[in-house]
Amino acid sequence: MSEGRVSALGGAQSQGLVNIRDIGLQGMVSLRADLAQAAKAVEQVTGVAMPAMRAITSGKACSVAWMSPDEVLILCDHAQADGMVTALSKALAGQHHLAVNVSDARALFGLSGPEGALRDVLSKITPADLTTLAPGEMRRTRLQQVAAAIWFETEAEARVICFRSVARYVFDLLAMSAHTSGAVGHH
Amino acid sequence: MLTFQCPYCGVQACETELAAGGEAHLKRFGPGSSDEDFEGYLFLRPNVKGVHFERWRHAMGCGKWFLAARCTATLEVFGTYPAQTTEPPPEIIAAIKARRPDWSLS
Ligand SMILES: [Zn+2]
Repeated sequence: MSEGRVSALGGAQSQGLVNIRDIGLQGMVSLRADLAQAAKAVEQVTGVAMPAMRAITSGKACSVAWMSPDEVLILCDHAQADGMVTALSKALAGQHHLAVNVSDARALFGLSGPEGALRDVLSKITPADLTTLAPGEMRRTRLQQVAAAIWFETEAEARVICFRSVARYVFDLLAMSAHTSGAVGHH
Repeated sequence: MLTFQCPYCGVQACETELAAGGEAHLKRFGPGSSDEDFEGYLFLRPNVKGVHFERWRHAMGCGKWFLAARCTATLEVFGTYPAQTTEPPPEIIAAIKARRPDWSLS
């Protein structure tokens, strides 16, 4: 059911030290549960094994990110998110849990460019240690004034999730940090 | 800069990723308690200079509350531990005593 739905910034793009883009509609399902107990159901529904602490693991159709000791975020096709919630609730019947389609409550940005520039652009706006953040690790932190989650898909591609209500703020912040006059050459 | 390791997600979180929650291990005085006890529970804090036990929340992160022991004068952190702990655990006490031999849990 994605007809008429648009992502927060409608595919906005910005070029600079790194390129930033609004990735568009992205399915996101938040699952809160006892993760050890829910591991089987998550693997059955998503095809991805339960990630270890702070890990993000990917399968054919989905990625699953560890968000807290009782929370994972499932990234999937936008049109599949409602079905994923139904399937999780069914697989977890009788277990205390909460599965919610949060796709349209969040924004997802992609940052691509040279690895050093990616790490510099993010380092300027977060206290998280970007020197040690490796692909496959999900880091929840803040980007200046707002909460965000960042990770590297590859050395040349980073992803940022934030609340949809602050999408414009985060996009402009990333774009400013990536301004060509602001190279610092730290990483 | 104050940095705590969150015991729930393992992140080295700086204080700007955390929300301070005041003194830890308070004994709660609720309905039926005396006015003096209730006032003490709500308002009266020792405001120590030195070893202090505190509540913090990993607000810009995993969202969990945790407890920490640190020095209010030097910002030295002795350790962090889960919020579901009613008194400072032995390893935290030992870590404090290793650095502050004269200190004792009062
Ligand atoms: Zn944490």
